[in-house]
Amino acid sequence: MNKTINQKAWFLVLPVLVLVAFSAVIPLMTVVNYSVQDTFGGNQFFWAGLEWFDELLHSERMWDALGRQLAFSAIILAIEVPLGIFVALNMPKKGFWASLCLVLMSLPLLIPWNVVGTIWQIFGRVDIGLLGHTLDKLGISYNYTQDFLAAWATVIVMDVWHWTSLVALLAYAGLQSIPDAYYQAAKIDQASRWKVFRYIELPKMQGVLMIAILLRFMDSFMIYTEPFVVTGGGPGNATTFLSIDLVKMALGQFDLGPAAAFSLMYFLVILLISWVFYTVMTNLDKRDGL
Amino acid sequence: MTDIRTDAPGRTHDAIPGAVTASPAATTTEAARPRRAARVNGSAIVMGLYLLFLMLPIYWLLNMSLKTNSEILSTFSLWPQNLTLANYETILTDASWYMGYVNSIIYVTLNTVISITVALPAAYAFSRYSFMGDKHLFFWLLTNRMAPPAVFALPFFQLYSSVGLFDTHIAVALAHTLFNVPLAVWILEGFMRGVPREIDETAYIDGYSFPRFFVRIFMPLIASGIGVAAFFCFMFSWVELLLSRTLTSVEAKPIAATMTRTVSASGLDWGVLAAAGVLTIVPGALVIYFVRNYIAKGFALGRV
Repeated sequence: MNKTINQKAWFLVLPVLVLVAFSAVIPLMTVVNYSVQDTFGGNQFFWAGLEWFDELLHSERMWDALGRQLAFSAIILAIEVPLGIFVALNMPKKGFWASLCLVLMSLPLLIPWNVVGTIWQIFGRVDIGLLGHTLDKLGISYNYTQDFLAAWATVIVMDVWHWTSLVALLAYAGLQSIPDAYYQAAKIDQASRWKVFRYIELPKMQGVLMIAILLRFMDSFMIYTEPFVVTGGGPGNATTFLSIDLVKMALGQFDLGPAAAFSLMYFLVILLISWVFYTVMTNLDKRDGL
Repeated sequence: MTDIRTDAPGRTHDAIPGAVTASPAATTTEAARPRRAARVNGSAIVMGLYLLFLMLPIYWLLNMSLKTNSEILSTFSLWPQNLTLANYETILTDASWYMGYVNSIIYVTLNTVISITVALPAAYAFSRYSFMGDKHLFFWLLTNRMAPPAVFALPFFQLYSSVGLFDTHIAVALAHTLFNVPLAVWILEGFMRGVPREIDETAYIDGYSFPRFFVRIFMPLIASGIGVAAFFCFMFSWVELLLSRTLTSVEAKPIAATMTRTVSASGLDWGVLAAAGVLTIVPGALVIYFVRNYIAKGFALGRV
């Protein structure tokens, strides 16, 4: 779309700028400030330069947490995106059942994150939870507070439960926008089901799928509440993701310097990956002439 | 929930059109008909299983909330043997419990109003004009949606304490604008792109001033977009816990924080915990119902 050049548009953006400056720039500057100082209690701060960053880059704790975080994000994306597309393809297109599916599928998205944690904490318990009890009866030893694999499985299944609907809803919105004519043309060409998916549906869903992947990546990378409620980061450090580690450091131990340096690195990693997604996405938008 | 499963195969013939073919029934040949019916049933089974997977944990929470603690711990049953509403009574009669809901609703509403109000003009500017640094500004706004709340928890605590806003509803509402304003701008911009520019120009020719045009003509046109954006602000503010817990202690304590604290302090009262959980789902469910036809479009940020 060709937009008119109008520098006065800045005035329309001004309220957002002021608000975001207050709620983002000031706190971020505080973080930067802490990251280059050291404190010995009280309110005395000393210049520490890049010491914390140096320490952080050599700390196993940070690299381990980052590794777990990347593994977690990769696993849930690998499950949720194909599953979400699959569900969207099977959703009714209109009428009462479509509305019902939409409402029921959105439900997990609207549950406060700690309640999501609570639900799965209860659901997975061997003594009172349906899942834990059933697995126990089937003779599978399952204890998410003790066992490494069980803890990971629980956290991943929980995230799939929580967020697959988001991907499905997005893919569904993309599918809805495909005109009937495309399908009719495919039918005339006697295209197979797979070819219809590969050459019509998938390209048309590309844009929304990028949004889905972007949102899912960002949110899974920032995940805190749900695993914290279910496993508390345990057993050991098995499910201590970046945010959990950071909160432990900043609010638990009050290690301001290292925590601030950690925050900045964390933010930078997210920014970097998101920037790649965003660039790809805007290029897609442009190509489609939106 | 069981209803969906049991009558799923029966309803598909009339209610659900083919999962693949959106072609009118008239073009369906006799030979294709049986295959198509089979595929439709397949879709219904997939959806049934998926919805079952989604609903089971929620049902289990509901089930627990209707049991007494002794029943929860002593017997394992798929539905409550002695149905009791005592857990809900505990919550709805105790101010320290139900004020949590009130607090949450207050700051969520404040946040939604603030976010939408500031996002509307900005989204209009982004969708209509190009100006110096607009693309960089837009991406910078988005970066705030990507900022992990864990990074901001401590600085927020210090910032709001120093300006005397700690433990107030407005503090949480302002803190949540961090991720809601960028999201609202993003969604609204998507919806506004869909409105042809000619409408703006016609209105100016007709002598409308910008504010009058915006409120009288433009906002009604994107009413569904505003509704969707408001829904998302509501949603992300409602589900967030880390910031709202860090910024409050007593006066504005959200229900989510009440749940974690009360439960850990007084031992594990599973029944009340489950009941509180069920009650946090209710507002979300109500709001979903109103925007059900726009949810999918909203998640696509208006870009379909």
